[in-house]
Amino acid sequence: MDFGKAKTAYLILADGTVFKGKSFGKEGTVIGETVFTTGMTGYQETLSDPSYCGQIITQTFPLIGNYGTNSKDFESKGSVVGGYVVREWCDAPSNFRCEETIDSFLKKYGIVGIYDIDTRRLTRIIRETGVMNGMITTEEVNVDEAVKKIKDFKPDRPVPKVSGQKEVFKSDNGKYDIVLLDYGYKFNIRRNLLKRGFNVTVMPWNTTVEEILALNPDGIMLSNGPGDPTDCQESIETLKQLLDKNIPTFGICLGHQLLAIANGAKTVKLKYGHRGGNQPVIDIDHGRTYITCQNHGYAVVSDSLPSEVGKVSHVNANDGTCEGIKYTNAPAFTVQFHPEACGGPRDTAYLFDEFIDLIEKQRKEKNNKEGK
Amino acid sequence: MPLRSDIKKVLMIGSGPIVIGQAAEFDYAGSQACRVLKQEGLEVVLVNSNPATIMTDKHMADKIYIEPLTLDCLKRIIEIEKPDSILSTLGGQTGLTLSMQLAEEGFLESHNVKLLGADPLTIHKAEDRQAFKDTMEEIGEPCIPSKVVETLEDAMDFANNEIGYPVIVRPAFTLGGTGGGIANDEAELHEIAINGLRMSPIHQILVEKCITGWKEIEFEVIRDAKSNVITVCSMENFDPVGVHTGDSIVIAPAVTLADKEYQMLRTAALNIIQALKVEGGCNCQFALKPDSFEYAVIEVNPRVSRSSALASKATGYPIAKVATRIAIGYSLDEIMNQVTGKTYACFEPAIDYAVVKFPKWPFDKFVYAKKTLGTQMKATGEIMSIGTSFEAAMMKAVRSIELGMNTLRKREFVSMTDEEVLNKLHDVDVDRCFCVFEALKRNIPVETISDITKIDKWFISKLKNLKELEDWLAEGDLTQEKYDTAKKYCYLDRSIEELSGKTLEECGIKKRRAVYKMVDTCAAEFSAETPYFYSTYDDENEAEEFIKQHPTDKKKVLVFGSGPIRIGQGIEFDYCSVHCVWALKEMGYEAILCNNNPETVSTDFDTGDRLYFDPLTFEDVDNLIATEKPDGVVVQFGGQTAIKLTKHLQDIGANIMGTSAESIDAAEDRERFDELLEKCDIPRPAGETVFTTEEALKAANELGYPVLLRPSYVLGGQNMIIAHADSDVEEYMKIITSHKLENPVLIDKYMMGTEVEVDAICDGTDFLIPGIMEHIERAGIHSGDSISVYPAQTLNERVKKVIITYTERLAKALNVIGLVNIQYVVYDHQVYVIEVNPRSSRTVPYISKVTGVQMVDIATKIMLGHSLKEQGYTSGLYPEGEYIAVKVPVFSFEKLHDVDTQLGPEMKSTGECLGIAKTFSEALYKGLIAAGFKMQYSGGVLFTVRNQDKPEIIDLASRFEALGFDIYATSGTASLLNRNMIATNFTYRIKEEKEPNVITLLESGKINYVISTSETGRDPARDSVKMRRKASERSIACLTSIDTANALVSCLEMHKSIDDVEMVDITKI
Repeated sequence: MDFGKAKTAYLILADGTVFKGKSFGKEGTVIGETVFTTGMTGYQETLSDPSYCGQIITQTFPLIGNYGTNSKDFESKGSVVGGYVVREWCDAPSNFRCEETIDSFLKKYGIVGIYDIDTRRLTRIIRETGVMNGMITTEEVNVDEAVKKIKDFKPDRPVPKVSGQKEVFKSDNGKYDIVLLDYGYKFNIRRNLLKRGFNVTVMPWNTTVEEILALNPDGIMLSNGPGDPTDCQESIETLKQLLDKNIPTFGICLGHQLLAIANGAKTVKLKYGHRGGNQPVIDIDHGRTYITCQNHGYAVVSDSLPSEVGKVSHVNANDGTCEGIKYTNAPAFTVQFHPEACGGPRDTAYLFDEFIDLIEKQRKEKNNKEGK
Repeated sequence: MPLRSDIKKVLMIGSGPIVIGQAAEFDYAGSQACRVLKQEGLEVVLVNSNPATIMTDKHMADKIYIEPLTLDCLKRIIEIEKPDSILSTLGGQTGLTLSMQLAEEGFLESHNVKLLGADPLTIHKAEDRQAFKDTMEEIGEPCIPSKVVETLEDAMDFANNEIGYPVIVRPAFTLGGTGGGIANDEAELHEIAINGLRMSPIHQILVEKCITGWKEIEFEVIRDAKSNVITVCSMENFDPVGVHTGDSIVIAPAVTLADKEYQMLRTAALNIIQALKVEGGCNCQFALKPDSFEYAVIEVNPRVSRSSALASKATGYPIAKVATRIAIGYSLDEIMNQVTGKTYACFEPAIDYAVVKFPKWPFDKFVYAKKTLGTQMKATGEIMSIGTSFEAAMMKAVRSIELGMNTLRKREFVSMTDEEVLNKLHDVDVDRCFCVFEALKRNIPVETISDITKIDKWFISKLKNLKELEDWLAEGDLTQEKYDTAKKYCYLDRSIEELSGKTLEECGIKKRRAVYKMVDTCAAEFSAETPYFYSTYDDENEAEEFIKQHPTDKKKVLVFGSGPIRIGQGIEFDYCSVHCVWALKEMGYEAILCNNNPETVSTDFDTGDRLYFDPLTFEDVDNLIATEKPDGVVVQFGGQTAIKLTKHLQDIGANIMGTSAESIDAAEDRERFDELLEKCDIPRPAGETVFTTEEALKAANELGYPVLLRPSYVLGGQNMIIAHADSDVEEYMKIITSHKLENPVLIDKYMMGTEVEVDAICDGTDFLIPGIMEHIERAGIHSGDSISVYPAQTLNERVKKVIITYTERLAKALNVIGLVNIQYVVYDHQVYVIEVNPRSSRTVPYISKVTGVQMVDIATKIMLGHSLKEQGYTSGLYPEGEYIAVKVPVFSFEKLHDVDTQLGPEMKSTGECLGIAKTFSEALYKGLIAAGFKMQYSGGVLFTVRNQDKPEIIDLASRFEALGFDIYATSGTASLLNRNMIATNFTYRIKEEKEPNVITLLESGKINYVISTSETGRDPARDSVKMRRKASERSIACLTSIDTANALVSCLEMHKSIDDVEMVDITKI
């Protein structure tokens, strides 16, 4: 370890709090919404999760980079996070799959990082004040000026940035054709689908109904993604029009919020969101609580969901917020958490199987109707 | 699901005496369970033979039986109490095994008793090797290739023809892997397999492929009846597979696993607990191949364990409490998370610090024993430390473990050559982590160290950071930046000065005080109310904030705990600390605890008003006092660990409650103690103080052999011997002088009289003696290893009066405010003082329980200014009750190879149990049974005794003969016995090199009891030690004191069974 040699870096929050730490990753300045995640493993998955687009992520677990990074554990093609805050990063990672250190990973993707600060203090500030903008900088800046800049900072719509172009993936045992609407999807959603026999056609966030119908899919998967769902009016419109098309739909995270809005529900920004791998969610039908992986700053307001379209199927055991909806007006269900995991617990992967059940049921009904 | 309506009265089985592999963690778990059951309005019946526990305290249960943990006793108690349920999963392996046996025999069913926590099928699937393997196969969880065998031939066949060497032998149903080991070849397997088959109560061993060197990962998981499952904590062993997890340094959470591997094992753990249908806590141990995703399930414990205690303390998640609630019907989503008060127990803790567990081994006492580590656990206790980095936690750990080290550099390694250090790295022993550090100091590459030790490079690299930090400190000026960095890694100011070679003052360093962070189960995601803190060097002091937010008019008292469990300082001091805290709270004070032992009740965050989980060194204590600013501090209940702080606390102006530092010093300093005795006109055995071997020999000859030798800084009989000849003195002085002689050695005339022990309470004016205890064994055997009887049975009234008078004089002269423990020897009707300890002692819990005099509570109230009179007690000896209590020591010899089992002035027992009855002989009988003695009425007794004991064995041998035993003896003893008309079979000594010798005789199975005393011992190369070791390995009771043997034979002569003695509910005493 380079004792006494690292360059100084600062984290400045919108409320004027300044943390003095050390620089790692890219040097420079970045402003973004500062959030924290409590996940103890899976930092590479976190860094490559498009839902964190533009955000400054704080890891509450103090020892980051222990097992390095590798080319296999990406959840997207790279990393689009704004900045990275850790207490300590490991310069001598140890794992049989380790290819590089977290420091070189950040440098490669141009991410400004800061370490050696009291991340617990930062977390407590965010918890008490709510998420706020922050700046990581390796420059000596005037704090007042910086705070003004931080306060004035308005991020661009993140979804268009992270949504990709059309791509087709064939499953080895392809039984179903599915459209994955990409609002910034995590690769493990695709992996989970492929593994279960879905041929996956990834389509951009602003794909039209016609384009979707032209693909004649057995089902539609609404992906996770970053930011405020109300920024994605085009997507919401598309989903509204899909409602009466009777196509089995499964939504995750942002996809869950978008479908809810399309059905007349409202979303709200949470004080400091749910980010981590230990969130308990009650599956009302199963009567069980599952440990889930989560990353969201907005939530569907349970009461705002019109009763004729569906009902809340999952709630967060900690704060009672909406974690899932089962629709009655369409063959659709959505969850706020991440059944695809990566990182985090895999306890709710059964939802992908339920999606298959839904598609099979729909097929049968369709076949019956068509008299086959 | 709420509380089950069919549960009204629950039987709890405790784990019995503290032995290696089963320590205070089950008092912690059991106490939590009892409290939960009582909170739920259930009637609780508790059985535990260990009187030093909190759980056997009157208000923990409705009915408490301190009775032997045997099937017969439990059946009697079930018949008397008629509980409707039995909680099997909170009393360690002992509780689980007994529950299973009761269930399998059909006893529970026929008495309408439900088994809670884990049903017999679950226990069977987890504990029976073959059933476990089958279950794992069914759910697709990989196990290590292995085979369960019941004969040596099958073991050899499997190893030779199927899996090859090395192989691991694991006996079924034994504690902490007793009797197991790694065999590298046929010869080794032969030896280990025979031993393992014998140790297993069902004569079954598992022979398995050796996967030494794989990562060892543990998960603590919980499941409820609704199939909700969570993992509480993951843990990774510093020492890879091959070292018992109880002997391994452990870090929580696991650190070298990427999310893919972590989730793979987490999912496996959840699958396992679902398959086993455990309702409660479960521990899953995995081996993970370092260079692939290949893993294997090593072991599953369907109960709370040492690891679950650690996981609870590491995360703040109270596993035992939650497991108990689940056992009586609740589901995880119905149980509140006590820590946040806002969320439910159905979540997984997130932590924002690193936790290190470091084992405490007994090798400072057993200098001749092999310090190597393997599959057999050897640690007696452990400490836990919390830091914001692994390095910081390690620095805290090394000073918590009380090895006299403040950094990872071990003094004896410094003088080694690089080559010696490299060679030493190959030893898998208790010093390995320090050897790794020494190797790093010599610039031996991380790769090389990892190749040799198989320790993951992550750990070694972290230690290398410390090495580099130390290098940085040593070069150039000591700057504020360097100082601050070193503080972040939790170096002591003292160590920084030593490493830099400069004083902080001369470098103008601004000293830092630690601040405190909260353990809150959720990494600060939710605001928590847990008053549970650890120190760091950050800016924000959450403890200070907490104190401000919870203003109170109450005065604050800080209580120091006793650190890791070790021989000589066990669970009894935790009992005392906890009672002190309770008494303080009752009296309207804020009670704050500081301790570092994760196994104990004292480190449960809701025992005191606040808990600080930190080392107990001067600087750590200074930091704590700076934050807490207590009105008083208490040291007298935390054993020597806390007592050592006394002088320092006085120096910094802390208000020491109770007996002063001055008085403690007066009792510990030999010269001052002699003056005191002279002033009080109390005799002690003649003695002298010496520095060299020559002086020692001269003094010994002047005093006349036998003499007692000990270092003047003696703690709990450490390094104490009785010398019978010049050669003993020479050998002893050689060992002592090799440890750098800084303190003199004390030589006393050894008087072989009756040893008497008194615990007294004094308020400065009046004194109270709850009871006088007498030892069965004559002086010379450490009081902790003696069978102790209350009330004294053989002392006449005059001697008792003298003891009372002396106690009063000493207590008053020392100005004791609180507890004092005094040891006397009665020799030729004269009373001599051996030792005075102005603090709590090992016997306080048991005397409190059998006399009903709550000693610690009374002493605490005295410290707060409430005299004995005010509390309703009169001066003098408390009236004796109708029950007699016999405390019997319990040893862990079968786990410590090479340790001489002969008792002497140095303490060797790890725990104790108690027999309570209306007559002495019945109490003794119960005590011996509880301690594991089997009452056998035929067979053989082997005598081999030193000359001075010979006159006494004639009577003993004739009593055994009269009972129908065959008598065996070595030459001298045999001819003596035969001359005295006791038909004795002659056997050769080992050194006579003829058959049959004592070893073959012991192996033949003809011998049930061995009476062995020898003038020398300790050294495992000696024949006498070999013979005693053989007896221990063969589980043959070996008595090394004629007095103990006499006590045993009196029990045999009663011809009683447990059915003939009354089961005593101590809440009615």
